[in-house]
This record gives sequence, structure tokens and C-alpha cells, in this order.
Amino acid sequence: MYAVLWRVLPGPIWVRIILILILLLAVLAVLATWVYPWIDGMLNSQEATVGGP
Amino acid sequence: MCPQADDSVESVTKRPRRVKSGKITVVGVLGELLITAGALVLLFLGWQLWWNDMIMANSQSSAASAISQDWIDQDTATPEPVPSTDPAEPNAEPAPVDYGAPIVATAPANAKAFAVLYVPRFGADYHRTIAEGTGHDVLNSNRLGIGHYDGTQMPGEVGNFAIAAHRSAFGGGMHLINELQLGDAIYVQTADGYYTYRYRDMEYVAPSQVQVLASVPNHPDASAVDRIITLTSCNPLYSTAERIIAYGVFESWHPLSAGAPAELAPIIAAQG
Repeated sequence: MYAVLWRVLPGPIWVRIILILILLLAVLAVLATWVYPWIDGMLNSQEATVGGP
Repeated sequence: MCPQADDSVESVTKRPRRVKSGKITVVGVLGELLITAGALVLLFLGWQLWWNDMIMANSQSSAASAISQDWIDQDTATPEPVPSTDPAEPNAEPAPVDYGAPIVATAPANAKAFAVLYVPRFGADYHRTIAEGTGHDVLNSNRLGIGHYDGTQMPGEVGNFAIAAHRSAFGGGMHLINELQLGDAIYVQTADGYYTYRYRDMEYVAPSQVQVLASVPNHPDASAVDRIITLTSCNPLYSTAERIIAYGVFESWHPLSAGAPAELAPIIAAQG
């Protein structure tokens, strides 16, 4: 899976490493902005009230 | 004979090497997916308990500053008699001035901000907005954070002013609740003034124990005489198995025009 990604990326090794880092940051940004807030809303893992919902 | 044998050995050793580097196997992909899933879960915890917590704490804090400043600005806009306390000596213990019975506001609509909480024990710059209701729209909000239990009393009112906030994540409004020490100040600022409570005691209860919200905490049938503040949050840290409950007793009231209590004034000045 990741081996395929590595082969698909163009250029010499250092270009590929930079590209991978950019992709990784993009994935993290998407997670932190949309995915994790959504999951957080679904989980309701942190209740702080007594007799709460 | 000998060269032939060498060739066959070479071809045998070559073949598995090519398979290893080229072919995508089901097990290989599965393994990578599982590792990725594990990393995503760990990242979620880091995001929830650290990154998002920090961002929300900052935005809740600055929202509270804005509200507090608004009240002070509005109050100075309307001409008021100059308070008798001497502003030249803010550190001197002023003679206790009796401002009479505290003003008690009526509870606002759900999710509407009506007070700002200051607890110096939680950090000199700690201040958070208190809004009506304890739903997720209040506790998980990035500008509110602390919720006032519906039906419990308001600041300064005889009975129990009960509020809730997260212990961790969502800005962790009561992260350090377990650090409170006897006599610690708990200030509540509203559009009317400053209500000073002093921390009294703490208890750990089951999440279902709503008696802590009674106007005399844990005595639902008694009629209230004292003015109590009740802080509730979850316990232990990072768990929701129990609730940690901190009680404070009302000490004094300052109208907004009289200025903040001596200990609180520099804290409010610092956020401006």
C-alpha cells in the first residue's frame, strides 16, 4: 500500500520525502479540522455533569 | 555440471527476492491498514486532550475577557457615584464596605452567557464564561465552556449556584478543580457586580447523584439559608466514572461600579 505510494511519487528520494511530508500534513489538517471534531461530537466521551444527559 | 548447478541456485535465490519487493499481498495491506488505524486513534487522543483542548481553552478565555470588558465599559458609560475605596492603594486591605444584599439576576435563556468565573487557584489568568444550561451546546462550545444547571439558584441568591465544566478536553474549564484549598477565592462576575465565594469542601460522587445540586447540597428537603456555589466536573482525570464536587460559601458582594475585590482587580486589569 505505502510501497505503491512511494513508487508512484516522482523524482529523487529527497523530493519524494518532501512530497510525503506534505501529504502527511494535509491528512493531519483534514483530520483536525473536520474528521476529529465530527468523531468527538459522536462519542460524547467527556461528560462533566451530574444527572446529565 | 558445476556451472549448471550454480545457475540453478542463482535462479532459486533470485525469485523470492523479486516477489518480496514487487507484489502487494493481502496480509501486507491489512497490516498497513491496522498500523494506520492505530496511529489515527492515538492522533485523535492527542488532538482531543492536547491540541483541541488548548485551542478551546484559549478561545473560551478570550471570549470571557470580551464579555467581562463589555460589562465594565457599559457600566462606566453610565454615570455612577465614585466608589469610596481608595484606588491609590490597591494592595491595602480596604475597610469592608457593606453593599447590602447582592443583586440576584433572573436566569437567562439556554446557552446565553451571563457570568464570568475567576478562580486564582486555577491560574492567575484563569477566567471562563458561565452560560445557562449544561448541554453540549454550552460545555463543548469554544466560547462558553461553563454551564449553569437549570433550576439551580443564580449568583448571590440564597441556595445553590451550581455550575459544571469539563475536567479535560473541550478547554478543560475545571482541570485543576482538585487543587482547590480551603478558603480559596471563587469569583463570579456578572453585569451587576462581583460575587465572592470561598472554597469550603469537596466530595466525590456517582454521576447520578443530583442531590449535590439541591439548594442545601445533599439535603433536598432542607430549606436554604446559605448562599452556596457548587462546581462539578468529572473524576478521575480523563475518566467519567465519577464526579468531583467542590463547594464554596458566599462571602461578599461588590456592585460593578464599586470595582472588583482587591485580589481580583489586577486579574481583570491584566486581561484588558
